[in-house]
Amino acid sequence: MFELLQRPWPWWVAGPLIGLVVPFVYWYGGRKWGVSSSLQHLCAATLPRKIEYFRYDWWKKGAWHLSMALGMLMGGFIGGRILSSPDQVVAITDRAREDLVALGITDFTGLVPSEVFSFGGLLSLPGEILVLVGWFLVGFGARYANGCTSGHAISGMSNLQLSSLVVVIGFFIGGLIASHLVLPIIL
Amino acid sequence: MSVESTAEVREDVQEERKESLWVYLLLGAFLGMIFIKSEVASWFRIQEMFHFRSVHMYGIIGGAVAVGAVSLIVMKRFGVRTVRGGEIHYPGGEEKEPRRQHILGGICFGLGWGLVGACPGPLFALVGSGIPVMVVGLFGALAGAWFYGLMRPSLPH
Repeated sequence: MFELLQRPWPWWVAGPLIGLVVPFVYWYGGRKWGVSSSLQHLCAATLPRKIEYFRYDWWKKGAWHLSMALGMLMGGFIGGRILSSPDQVVAITDRAREDLVALGITDFTGLVPSEVFSFGGLLSLPGEILVLVGWFLVGFGARYANGCTSGHAISGMSNLQLSSLVVVIGFFIGGLIASHLVLPIIL
Repeated sequence: MSVESTAEVREDVQEERKESLWVYLLLGAFLGMIFIKSEVASWFRIQEMFHFRSVHMYGIIGGAVAVGAVSLIVMKRFGVRTVRGGEIHYPGGEEKEPRRQHILGGICFGLGWGLVGACPGPLFALVGSGIPVMVVGLFGALAGAWFYGLMRPSLPH
């Protein structure tokens, strides 16, 4: 059993399990499941200044988001440290691997390329752009669109929201540009 | 209609909620584990998705939406209430209408997602899995969210 858990989990197990979270959170809390609101709550808790967007009772509205985020840190530790070995290679398809080799990626161990996502990588310009600009855009865009992959792509589309479909189309417009046009320039 | 009225920001029903935060902590741990073990948190998988080279990510998102959608249809059909008997509010009406913020915010998010290869949930899981530089990523995402709050009055919605 433990060995089975240690192997990567197939999409047809992970997808439905994530999908069950949507009805569970509605049933348990009467809430729409989403993750990126936790970023807003963290800002409201630490640096609200005089910004209207951060002036609310963040604990009352956000305690559940923040508990879940803390849980995700723990789950990441369990999944990454107990149920995985650090030298595991993500089994992307050969064609995807060729695409990334063409971008200059050589180290395929771990979940993320260590050439870019390390403190050493951060000292290089590509690493800096990827980590700082990339994550800035993720945080900014998630709040601008009022939801991220969880709140829109999964919760919103499960509720058949046209607005969420539009957001997902936006995700793909941006993602295709970043992956096909921007990455070849900065890597 | 102002952004205040969307589900995330709404001043919610004033009823006393007796939810246990432990449940959300466990739910988060469950999700964090899935994000790592299904490789949703992997930059390699996200690049593979944007290059249309595998069914993996589409299967995960599609499978999640299929299960989520069927569950919600059943819950609405049978008028399922919350565990404490409260009525469930599903986003509807104007909240379902696409606005400029949806396409513009979506594109910004997508640009970031295509670069860093993970979304906010997996980011927390990656920090927990012990990739130190992801802490910098978390501060980057917080800076982005904060900047949105600052700029919100002057952005098109």
